[in-house]
Amino acid sequence: MEYVVITFLCLGILLYFLLGGADFGAGIIELFTSTKNRSRTRKTMYQAIGPVWEANHMWLIIAIVILFVGFPHIYTTMSVYLHIPLLIMLIGIIARGTAFVFRHYDAIKDDMQWLYNRIFRYSSFITPLFLGIIAGSVISGHIDTEANDFLSAYIWSWLNWFSVSVGLFTVALCGFLAAIYLIGETEDVHDQRRFIQKAEYMNIAAVIFGAMVFIAAQLDKIPLMDWVFKNPVGLTAIILASLSLVLLWYLLIKGKTQILRVLAGFQVTMILVAISYAHFPNFIRLKNGDAISLFETIGPQKTIYSLGLALLLGSILILPFLGYLFYKFKKKEE
Amino acid sequence: MDDFLAARSQMALSLGFHIIFSCIGMVMPFFMAVSHYKWLKTNDEVYKNLTKAWSKGVAIFFATGAVSGTMLSFELGLLWPKFMEHAGPIFGMPFSLEGTAFFIEAIALGFFLYGWDKLNKWFHWFTGMVVGVSGLASGILVVAANSWMNSPAGFDFVNGQYLHVDPIQAMFNKAWFSQALHMCLAAFTATGFAVAGVHALMILRNQNKHFHLQAFKIAAVFACIGALLQPLSGDISAKDVAKRQPAKLAAMEALYKTEKPAPLLIGGIVNEKDQTVKGAIKIPGALSFLAHGDFKAEVKGLDQIPKDQQPPVAVTHYAFQIMVGIGTLLALISLVYFIHLIRKKALLEKRWLLKLFVLAIPLGYVALEAGWIVTEVGRQPWIIYGIMRTKDAVTPMPGIAYSFYIFSAIYFSLSVIVTFLLYRQIKMVPVLYNNPISETPNH
Repeated sequence: MEYVVITFLCLGILLYFLLGGADFGAGIIELFTSTKNRSRTRKTMYQAIGPVWEANHMWLIIAIVILFVGFPHIYTTMSVYLHIPLLIMLIGIIARGTAFVFRHYDAIKDDMQWLYNRIFRYSSFITPLFLGIIAGSVISGHIDTEANDFLSAYIWSWLNWFSVSVGLFTVALCGFLAAIYLIGETEDVHDQRRFIQKAEYMNIAAVIFGAMVFIAAQLDKIPLMDWVFKNPVGLTAIILASLSLVLLWYLLIKGKTQILRVLAGFQVTMILVAISYAHFPNFIRLKNGDAISLFETIGPQKTIYSLGLALLLGSILILPFLGYLFYKFKKKEE
Repeated sequence: MDDFLAARSQMALSLGFHIIFSCIGMVMPFFMAVSHYKWLKTNDEVYKNLTKAWSKGVAIFFATGAVSGTMLSFELGLLWPKFMEHAGPIFGMPFSLEGTAFFIEAIALGFFLYGWDKLNKWFHWFTGMVVGVSGLASGILVVAANSWMNSPAGFDFVNGQYLHVDPIQAMFNKAWFSQALHMCLAAFTATGFAVAGVHALMILRNQNKHFHLQAFKIAAVFACIGALLQPLSGDISAKDVAKRQPAKLAAMEALYKTEKPAPLLIGGIVNEKDQTVKGAIKIPGALSFLAHGDFKAEVKGLDQIPKDQQPPVAVTHYAFQIMVGIGTLLALISLVYFIHLIRKKALLEKRWLLKLFVLAIPLGYVALEAGWIVTEVGRQPWIIYGIMRTKDAVTPMPGIAYSFYIFSAIYFSLSVIVTFLLYRQIKMVPVLYNNPISETPNH
């Protein structure tokens, strides 16, 4: 049963990254769209993510519940030493979620829209930035459970070049996912061209920040190179990711939207696999060289058993319903 | 502000905020389903408009409730890591099921809000019902998790170790049923009165009378049934608390000395230093009866509880008085309303009755918050009753006061904006729903 639980944990994180990430990305795209095109982008975006957007953010809840029920030690270690970035991310989630709904459900469209839009755009940037920072910090080995002073316990754990680079990389990936996704959501050729352009920019940004992540890892002595290039799975994943990038650019020019989406999702999945596979099942790397492993800190047997059962039963209920939701609102209207 | 106090305040604030939004999110869908059903059955346009108008409210509240709930799932660890480290695997079962219920609710809400004219009309109605049922299930599950903190079960506590964990047993602890029942009824009552009151106000102002009258009727029936059943559920809770948490009951009633028979105190000013209550109305033997079903039974006072295990008395007592007082008032209003319904009196002519409902707009929620203060403050100094103290669970990170200030500001602004949005939605009712032809398709 522990494999079921761990699979769901990985799936939750991955799907949140892809679906929630595309969601964040839509706000990032809006942030980097010139003022005159913003209302068009907003409209396309609303049609695209409106019906499914609440569901996209449920994956985070699933992942966090699995963590605190099944892996309480990991959950609490993160809560204590990454308190500040978690808090900022939460503020971002609150601000973004409410602004998105408020701007749509305000019965009178007036100057308040300006405020909602501002909040939505900036929190769309900040939330994935800190999500990435948290993810980076977990594997960076900067978390110091033996620290005695405030700065090394609660600040340097996440405020370092590696974590921040991963944060920026995440933002670029989210923007990239969203741009690819949005291309297929509009019929207008001008809009499509704009989104293609955005996808290209975001892709370039992702490559630059990705390089930054590797450089920061070298400086911080994080064995990222080894994880990616010396591990067969990591290496395969990164080769597949690179190949899909080439294919993606080709298809981008051809304008095949459905395959593009799958490919973009695949590419991001491969990047995640490349970074995380080599040190699995270790989840958190600590400053003193130790690691907190998923298997070693797993909860009591009965808990894992019922958690796994709940997840399996839950997915029988959820997945068809969710699939139908995507099908119903995402199929092209004739 | 010291860190422990700040952490407790932040938790109280977050819960207090979330509770209101989640209650509305879990109850309003049922009002919508009734109205939606009437539209499908009668083809009366007013019910369709009403369903749509309400659904916008639900969307606003659901989104706010969803993010404040996400916040809470992290906050448990951010503020109480030592609690979560041990409690997570034991009381986490309802949370993992709640994740499923909440997920289904979000999907169903997507169908419901965007499904007008796109789905089969009865499937569309069904998705609305699913929102309500899964919301209610979420509520019950979360309360079951809370009740475990009051009534720990499903593990053996041996030398500071939590052994033989059984999450199912933990979920069905002794307090879950009485707490969940009390909470569900409270949610229906508070939301029902708030919604009915707002529509009553619009009727009194002579705006879209027909629209608001239909809305009022639906909400009022739910509210009044809830309010009339609540005293029964309260009685179950009182007897349960008397058995399991005598310290809490003693604090609720400010019973400093063990008495046989024990009187029921109504009101009164508590002096925690002198351990006295001034100016309360005493009903002899009534507490004995309420707690144990026997006018002569002994009720444990705070003198039998070690000093370092006593909850704050004044806060618990006042909160309890407020909850019971308001509950009684709402039950009386409900009784009057049902008498009018049975005699088939025209509601629109009874302006005083509508005014009573307007008065009750905030009351249900005040009682609901007071009830949670009784539960939570009355459990102190424990976070897991009898097992772990709240102060031992708090995060080692200093400076929690700042995060408390930030979140106070956030929750305050959110409350202001949500109120403002609702005000605007209601203000736009004449424009949006007066003339069905001019109505914009879809949302």
